[in-house]
Amino acid sequence: MNDSGIWSWETAWDVLPDLLNGLQITVLATVVGMVIASILGLVIALAMRARSRWITMPLRFVSDFIRMTPLLVQLVFVNLLFVQVPSLAIGCIVLGIHYATYMSEVYRAGIESVPKGQWEAATALNMAPGRTWRAVILPQAIRNTLPGLGNYAISMFKETPFLFAISVVEMFSEAQSYGANTFSYIEPLTMVGLLFLIVSYPTSLLVRRMEIRLA
Amino acid sequence: MSADIQSLINRLPSLGDAVLVTLQLTLGGAVLAMIVALVLGFGSRTQSLWVRGPSRVIVEFFRGTSLVVQLFWVFYVLPVFGFKMEALAVGIVALGLNYGAYGSEVVRGSIASVPRGQWEASIALNMSWFHRVRRVIFPQAWALMIPMLTNLLIQLLKGSALAYYITLHDLNFWTVQLRRANSDTIFSYTVGLLVYFVIAYLLTWGMNWLEERAKRRLGRGTRPTLAEMFRTKPMVTSELPATTPSTAKGGLV
Repeated sequence: MNDSGIWSWETAWDVLPDLLNGLQITVLATVVGMVIASILGLVIALAMRARSRWITMPLRFVSDFIRMTPLLVQLVFVNLLFVQVPSLAIGCIVLGIHYATYMSEVYRAGIESVPKGQWEAATALNMAPGRTWRAVILPQAIRNTLPGLGNYAISMFKETPFLFAISVVEMFSEAQSYGANTFSYIEPLTMVGLLFLIVSYPTSLLVRRMEIRLA
Repeated sequence: MSADIQSLINRLPSLGDAVLVTLQLTLGGAVLAMIVALVLGFGSRTQSLWVRGPSRVIVEFFRGTSLVVQLFWVFYVLPVFGFKMEALAVGIVALGLNYGAYGSEVVRGSIASVPRGQWEASIALNMSWFHRVRRVIFPQAWALMIPMLTNLLIQLLKGSALAYYITLHDLNFWTVQLRRANSDTIFSYTVGLLVYFVIAYLLTWGMNWLEERAKRRLGRGTRPTLAEMFRTKPMVTSELPATTPSTAKGGLV
């Protein structure tokens, strides 16, 4: 296989199209997962502000439970529970729910950072609670959460390889199956790592700039 | 249900071994990560480009490529270059390097947010660099970094579930075996996830205790209420006070 030294460019070119196909699935899973996470995270953050302990206590337990247990095990668990559902859909949903528990904390911090005077002003203007949230609080809170959202999008992108455990053919699975078929793991695995770096590093620079600009 | 309980009781003796493997990975990884974080964190703060440059490159490399890829790379590719390690060592090395890179940002940010006057005062007292860091700077930075290190520790514990795929018999493996024995997915995975949750909770608790101790040593201690002691700290990435590269320019005096 690797008679001409350790690294073979031929193998590298051979596997690249497969990896780029996988990259599309990886990006798709990240985008769908992030949409779910950012909506569900906001819902959790708002529900956690409820007055009744009967709502907040169970919700806190469930979100702590999801946050503190491995994503990998959760993926396999849910995949075994719903065998009929396609595993890519399961992957996106589980990723989304897992990250929603992180995102809810980002939203909470964002909501708490809105100055108290904004609430008082809205009350003074006799705004209804719904309007206060929609027109005053959330626009300011979400502006504060954008860097956090970006950071979690990047970290979700790097956690999509976990989907190999439920046989979603994303970038890492492509590399692994190529390696298993040809016994050359060096090129595919190295290139997957580099592809992750190529996508995630510029994105993290962008998020960092956004952080500075919004701060 | 009673069959489930029976299968659980049958597998209880092996639970200890499985938890031990997971703990070895988590704690071993955490110790390695802490060493890597300190070296790279201080390395990213030096004025010499020959130290700072490589430190930044290593940090961005390990943060940018995924943990899964790194783990399998160490497992499959390193042996080709003649570094054959046993699976447990592979797990510890991969987890330690990956989370060490994340931790170095925490170390760097926390050290940067110790007030400059503290550095100046300790220079005025004619302390050596090592003495300054050990007695003045690090204790203050340490109290700041613990909450963020707690998050990373929990992440590391969760990442250790990957070890099953490099032939280790960890808690994830135990869960799979339990399901094979009773073919009840919901029961087996609920038990497995609960064990993970309990471990994570105990680790959080230990870290909260460490944070309390660190604050007390700075004279900022407050006796925590019972509710605070049992609380799980929220994870917010934007908590990091100084992630921007510009703050690192202060450098070592």
